[in-house]
Amino acid sequence: MTHALGKDLLGLEPLSGEQIKLILDTAEPFKEISERAIKKVPTLRGATIVNLFFEASTRTRVSFEFAEKRLSADTVNVAASGSSVSKGETLVDTARNLEAMRIDMVVIRHGASGAAQFLAERIESNVINAGDGTHEHPTQGLLDLLTLRDHFKRLAGVKVCIVGDVLHSRVARSNIWGLTKMGAEVAVCGPRSLLPNAINEMGVTVFNRVEEAIEWADALNILRLQLERMHAGYIPSLREYNRVFGVSRERLDRAKRDILILHPGPMNRGVEIDSDVADGPFSVILDQVTNGVAVRMAILYLLSGGKPELAESAKKGGGDR
Amino acid sequence: MSRSILLTGGRVVDPSQSMDERADVLIVGERVEAVGARVAGDAAHREGMETIDCSGLVVSPGFIDVHCHLREPGREEVETIASGARAAAAGGFTAVCAMPNTDPVTDNQAAVGFILRQGAIADAARVYPIGAISVGQRGEALAEFGEMVAAGAVAVSDDGKPVVSAHLMRTALEYARTFGIPVADHCEEPTLATGGAMNEGLISARLGLKGIPAEAEEIMAIRDILLARRTGGHIHLCHMSTRGSVELIRWGKDRNINVTAEVCPHHISLTEDAVEGYDTNAKMNPPLRTADDVAALQEAVRDGTIDLIATDHAPHHYDEKEREFADAPNGIIGLETALAVNITWLVAPGIIDVPLLIERMSCAPARVFKLPGGSLRRGALADVTVFDPDAKWLVEPKRFRSKGRNTPYAGQTLQGRTRCTIVGGRVAYRADA
Repeated sequence: MTHALGKDLLGLEPLSGEQIKLILDTAEPFKEISERAIKKVPTLRGATIVNLFFEASTRTRVSFEFAEKRLSADTVNVAASGSSVSKGETLVDTARNLEAMRIDMVVIRHGASGAAQFLAERIESNVINAGDGTHEHPTQGLLDLLTLRDHFKRLAGVKVCIVGDVLHSRVARSNIWGLTKMGAEVAVCGPRSLLPNAINEMGVTVFNRVEEAIEWADALNILRLQLERMHAGYIPSLREYNRVFGVSRERLDRAKRDILILHPGPMNRGVEIDSDVADGPFSVILDQVTNGVAVRMAILYLLSGGKPELAESAKKGGGDR
Repeated sequence: MSRSILLTGGRVVDPSQSMDERADVLIVGERVEAVGARVAGDAAHREGMETIDCSGLVVSPGFIDVHCHLREPGREEVETIASGARAAAAGGFTAVCAMPNTDPVTDNQAAVGFILRQGAIADAARVYPIGAISVGQRGEALAEFGEMVAAGAVAVSDDGKPVVSAHLMRTALEYARTFGIPVADHCEEPTLATGGAMNEGLISARLGLKGIPAEAEEIMAIRDILLARRTGGHIHLCHMSTRGSVELIRWGKDRNINVTAEVCPHHISLTEDAVEGYDTNAKMNPPLRTADDVAALQEAVRDGTIDLIATDHAPHHYDEKEREFADAPNGIIGLETALAVNITWLVAPGIIDVPLLIERMSCAPARVFKLPGGSLRRGALADVTVFDPDAKWLVEPKRFRSKGRNTPYAGQTLQGRTRCTIVGGRVAYRADA
C-alpha cells in the first residue's frame, strides 16, 4: 500500500501542492476510460464502497458512482434523509455499522462541517469528503483545478476569481486552498455580507465589483446563489444580485480578453450567471463535469493504495494496488 | 463537646483579613475558633480533636462558585445535585450556586426549596439556588423573586439564554434591587449569535462553522450596564469572554455603576485554536476567543475589572458531545479543574499571586453574592479549602466525581490540587494520600 495521500481525503487545506499535483496527474490517464465504448477497468474489483449522502445531491453522487463502477468496485448508495441528529441514528452509530460491515471506502456528503473528519477518525475505512457543510468539497476543488489546468496548461500564475456566496460555500474554500497551493492567484468577489469577515486573512484579493473582477481575471468560478440566502436576509433580492453581481455577456464583452467560465452547478440561470455566458464559447462547465469522473477515479485509485506511476497500466489490466 | 478540627502548619492565606502567614486553624463545631501561630499548643488538650497536617499546603477560605449547572431536576443522568456537590468539594469549593435552567425551570419558591433540600441531603459543598428571571426562562413575565428569595434563592438569572427584552431586564434590575440580590446576566445578542458554533474569525471561516462575533456579547454587556446605571440595580455579568467586554466593564466601574463580572477558567486559558479538528469539548457559549481576548481577561482578573472566577460547570452526556460540531451542545465541566487551571494559567506565570487567586475564588464571590464564607476570621463559618499550589497532576476525566466527562483539559498535566475541603466544620473531601 502506498500512502501518497494518507487514509482519507477530507479537504484540500491539509494537502500539499505535491499531493494535489499527484491527484491531477493521476486523473489524466483515467480521463480516457470514460471515452471508451466499454467504460470499465478492473482496478478496484472486489472493493466495497458506500456512498453515504446525508444531503440531496445528483451530480456529485452520480459522478462518484460512475467513477466507482468504471473501476469495477461494488457500490451501495445510502441516502440518509435529514440530519442524523434530528431523526434516527447518530453519525457515530452509522460509522460503527459501516465498520462492522467491513467497507473499504466511504464517500460522505453531510450538512455539518467536520462530518467527514468525524467519520474518518472513527473508522478504519478510507473516507472521501463529498462536501461537508460549509467547510470543504475537495473533489469539486480538484476537478476545477484539472479543468483550469487543461485549458491554461498550468496553474501557477493563473488569475482565478471566485464569484458569489463565499461565506456559505465549501466549493469556495476548497478552491482557495487548492489554487493557492498550486501557485495560482486567487480573488473573490461578492456582496460583503456573503464574504467571511476574515477573508483578507485567507490569502486572497477581494473585489467589491464584478466589473473589477472581470477586468483582472483569467477565469471566473461562479458560485450558485442559494435562494435561502435571500430569505435569511444576506441580500435584498435575487434581482438585485443579478444586476450587481451577475456574470453577463455584456459585462464579459467589456473585458480585454477571453475569460474562462466555471460553475460547480447546479446553475441558477439569470441569477449568478446569464444563459448566454453559461452556454457561451468560454464556458467549460460541462468539461468540469467530465473531469469530475476522472478526478474521482484518481482519488479512489490512490486512496486504495494504487501506485501513481502505475495508473496508466492500471486502466489496462488488473493493475497493482 | 463540639467536634473540632485542627489544621496545623499550613500557609494560611485569608485576603479578608490581609493574612498570609504560617499558622494553625482551629475549628470548633461549624465555626472558626482561632487562627494563629500558637493555636496548636493551646488546643492540644481538646478531646477527640482531629488534626490535619497542612505543612507545605495553603489553607484558604473555601472557594465559592457562583455559576454552575447541576442539571437536577430534569437531567439526572447527566449530573445530580449530589454528584455536582461532591465534584465541587473535590475541586475545593465549599459552596456553589446552581443555575435555574433545569427542567422544570427553577422559577418558583417550591423549586428553590427542592434544590436546597437536595443540597442538604448531598452533604458535600453547600448548594445555593439561583432563581429564574422570567417564568420558564421564556423572557416574558418576571418570576416571583420575593418568594424565591424568601425560600433561599441568592440571585436571579436566565442563564443559558439572554434576556432579549431590554424592558424586562430593566424591570428585573429594579425588582431585584428590592430584595438586594444580583441579576446574573447571560450576555448574548441573539440575532447575532443564533446558529453560531464558535468565535467568528479566520478559524471559523476556515472550518466552515458559523461564527459568534464578540459584539454579540458586548452589545448586551453595555446594554445591561446602562440599564444598571438607570435603575441602580446590581448587574452581574456572567462568563465574560472578550477584550471589548472588559473595556465596557471598566467603563461602568469608573462611573460607579453597580456592575460586577465573572470569567471562567477556560476563557483565561484556551483560545479558539482548541476548536481545530472539530473538538466538541472546545465548544461552549460564549465561545473560546482569541489570544488577545485571553490576555485582556487575565489582566482584568489581576486588576479587578473582573471581580471573580466562576466555572460555568456544564456537564453533558458523552453521547451529546460525540457528534457533529454544529449539533453538539455548549459547555464543559469545570468544578474539578478550576483551581488547577487558574493556578496553571494565572499563578504559575506570575499574573496573580496566591492571595489574589483566593480573593477571586472565595472572598469576592462571597461579597458579590452576599453569601456566608470567604473568610477565616474567628467566628466565621468554617468553610475551608486546603490545597497544594505546586502539585502537578494528570487530568483523567474517568476519575471525576462529576458525572460529566466533557473537558478540554483531558490528558493535560495541570498544577494545583485540592487536598481537603471542610464545609461547616466537617470534612467534605479529602484527597487520597
